[in-house]
Amino acid sequence: MEEKYLKHKYEPIIPSKNEWPVVKLARERKEFVKKVSDLAEERILNLAEKNPDILKEELETTLYREKLRIKQNPWVVDPDDESSFWREVKASLLQINSATGLSKIEKIQEYKSILNRITSRYAEEIASNFKHTHYKFTRSVVTFGFSRLLNAARVKGFRSIFSKQYSLQDKIQITGETDQLRDLATKGTIVMVPTHFSNLDSILIGWIISVLGLPPFIYGAGLNLFNISIFAYFMNSLGAYKVDRRKKNLLYLETLKTYSKEAIQFGCHSLFFPGGTRSRSGMIESRLKLGLLSTAIEAQRANFQNGLNDISGKVFVVPVTINYHFVLEAPSLIRDHLSITGQERYYKENDEFSNSYKISKFLLKFFTKGSDISVSIGKAMDVLGNYVDEDGNSLDKKGRSINTRDYFLSEGVVTVDQQREEEYTNMLGRRIVEEFHKINRVFSSHLVAFTAFEMIQSTNRKLDLFDLIRLPEEEIVLSYDEFKVNCQRVMNRVYELKSKGLINVAPHLQQEMDEIIKHGLDNVGMYHAKRPLIRNEQGDIVTEDMSLLYFYHNRLTGYGLEKLF
Amino acid sequence: MASKNSSNTKVKWIGVIGVGSFGTAIANMLAEKNPVMVYARKEEVVQEINTKHTAQGKPLNPGIKGTFDPQEICETCDIIFMMVSSSGFQEVTKTFAPFLLPYHLIIHGTKGLCLNLGMGETLESVQKIQRSQILTMSEVILQETVVVRVGCLAGPNLSKELVKGQPAATVIASKYNEVILEGQSLLRSEKFQVYGNSDIIGVELSGVLKNIIAIAAGALAGLELGENAKGLLISRGMVEMVHLSNALGGSVKSVIGLAGIGDLVTTCNSVDSRNFTVGFRLAKGEKLPEIMADMEEVAEGINTIRIIKAFLETADLRAPITEYLYRVLFEDFDIKEALQFLMKYPFNVDIDFV
Repeated sequence: MEEKYLKHKYEPIIPSKNEWPVVKLARERKEFVKKVSDLAEERILNLAEKNPDILKEELETTLYREKLRIKQNPWVVDPDDESSFWREVKASLLQINSATGLSKIEKIQEYKSILNRITSRYAEEIASNFKHTHYKFTRSVVTFGFSRLLNAARVKGFRSIFSKQYSLQDKIQITGETDQLRDLATKGTIVMVPTHFSNLDSILIGWIISVLGLPPFIYGAGLNLFNISIFAYFMNSLGAYKVDRRKKNLLYLETLKTYSKEAIQFGCHSLFFPGGTRSRSGMIESRLKLGLLSTAIEAQRANFQNGLNDISGKVFVVPVTINYHFVLEAPSLIRDHLSITGQERYYKENDEFSNSYKISKFLLKFFTKGSDISVSIGKAMDVLGNYVDEDGNSLDKKGRSINTRDYFLSEGVVTVDQQREEEYTNMLGRRIVEEFHKINRVFSSHLVAFTAFEMIQSTNRKLDLFDLIRLPEEEIVLSYDEFKVNCQRVMNRVYELKSKGLINVAPHLQQEMDEIIKHGLDNVGMYHAKRPLIRNEQGDIVTEDMSLLYFYHNRLTGYGLEKLF
Repeated sequence: MASKNSSNTKVKWIGVIGVGSFGTAIANMLAEKNPVMVYARKEEVVQEINTKHTAQGKPLNPGIKGTFDPQEICETCDIIFMMVSSSGFQEVTKTFAPFLLPYHLIIHGTKGLCLNLGMGETLESVQKIQRSQILTMSEVILQETVVVRVGCLAGPNLSKELVKGQPAATVIASKYNEVILEGQSLLRSEKFQVYGNSDIIGVELSGVLKNIIAIAAGALAGLELGENAKGLLISRGMVEMVHLSNALGGSVKSVIGLAGIGDLVTTCNSVDSRNFTVGFRLAKGEKLPEIMADMEEVAEGINTIRIIKAFLETADLRAPITEYLYRVLFEDFDIKEALQFLMKYPFNVDIDFV
């Protein structure tokens, strides 16, 4: 039953930390930030077609939105000098507007200096604060602390604190193309794109990267996470740069994209959560945020432009799925989702990850009671979504070796075509979603939640989703035998899909159906106060929380399994 | 890893695959600006092109070079126009796939649909099909080759008028602006206007769906029902095209454009077209097998009606003209009776899609 999971620790692929791209980047931080801000300035100027009126418009919009944000949505992490900075910007803008007799060129110069002040500020704000000592410390805290907890819980007795019987890798299973990932990381630049269900993902992925012996990746983490002190420390030390989702103005977005693109070109392995934010519905992300993804394509094209045609200039996109039996934030995520999609009127912000105490409590529960997590590493692709071979060459569907550079050629020369690259980004996004579905691993908990919800839905066909979720829980009873039959049907279809390579399953699904159901019921959303699915005293299947059941059920949507009901 | 490295050849060769009447006309138009290489499968046709400068009797610009080697044309040309019949399209695409690379641009001029079914499945065996089982020609190219920069050519372009140099226009549709711009600069002339459209699926579908209406137009003519009826048909046909196109992933706008309504009017009035002839002869009392027996090539509209009928089985949509034509063609339904039904069909609202 036990599948062979990766359990040994890999040797680091780059032993000397001074060679790590992220360390090099940290060393050159100042120059790098300057470069980003200058390039961002140039991009914005080009977008504004060097027209002073358009530029003025953009600056004023930015100013207006920033002032509004400071007033309406202030955060702990915001620097103190924000108000004064934007006041100065406002004053400078007014000065230019009132000055008469400025020529077009002079005007552009004036606006440019304001623009540069803003992009410098943004670039500085975004840039990561990677410190190697912090990184080492964090990594050992995570590994040591977690494995202590684990052993204390699983091995009885006083001395268990020092037992080495269980390591973190017993809890977190890593499967998939780990060797390819390690190999390519020494040759080219990796852009890892994981699914995103929980705030825990960032730390988890950081830990996985280090277990695999890879140098730290840089990644964009929501600035809101830096509000929480534990996270802020972890994030900084794992090489995170900051993404502020409140700032949607052109200047900020362009600076952010420039940062990401330049870091990839610098050779830093990067991590994007392409869903942009945690999946509210519990479904695998089907619509990706393409903003940062486009920077991978831009960086690849820029490398080709600079003549880096060999593997050292190649960008590899590696999809990763993370599977949980239990997502701590599920209740608030699904409530959020339901209120966004329309009908549930009430919505109270109550993020379970909102403070350090709650997180620690969760971690303690997680490690003492046990709930497995599996991480599947997908096959590496080039930025157009073609698989690559061991030397990093792109392969077409028939296995023929092709050159990624060809995608950027027109009449034999690498050209910059923004519209073309937008389409390529869409294509890459679709490919990533496809790969997510393929490498996604079905857990027993997903299976039972899916089957139960679909059964309930099929007996209440007249109700729409929102009425269905409002059904009184005590009226919902599924007979065990019927439930088992349906689980088997779903399972058969899952295996059919698996044989076509369209989905993957966890090894615990190879048991008898009764065992699987028991495992699933025990694990599905196990720490929630109200359990999504349990067996009552009569042996029937009942739910305590329909929205949570819906959340865990969603993990298996997108495979056409609904048609079975 | 055969990559093109700075092929700064001064001459830009353009490839044309297929020398049917439309292919020949386009090759001649392209040859006015650039050197052109055409591909034909049969060696004797290539011989004819290179020695007599004609393709199956149709005159060709003497500068056009013929070849039967797919590799040669793919290596010489970055831009390739595919002008083959829809029945042979998948086959030809597969033949060329090994020689096509991501730097190629392909613009096709084929109006038709292909099926994307599993091994051993046919339209007869599955009966119902979903959108994912239907491929437009650009989708065939994307599926079979590594080329991504794909465009299509559609519009009222009767080859025989193009040959005479009469004024006309076409639409080049592609998701990629560069494909549209390239197509425009290659084809545009004093007598030929080229419009761009980013909704390639909508443009392809317009070109395909209008063939259904063309069969109906032929039937009206065969029944001698006059011009009012034709106006009625074109308008109702357009509404049906809009709904079908929408369900298949095209936008309303493309149907109202040159490739939709423009082509529809032309096709419904061109008495020589195969689709029109099928309808005309049906109205004169002939049965489909008899009509098919003495047609060289199957009228595209017949194939389209079968595919759309199967698609309607899974889509939540009515398309009365297509459905009744299907019954007339394949279920021996009387055409006059079908017309009666259509006249009684509750189309209360003139336009319900804008």
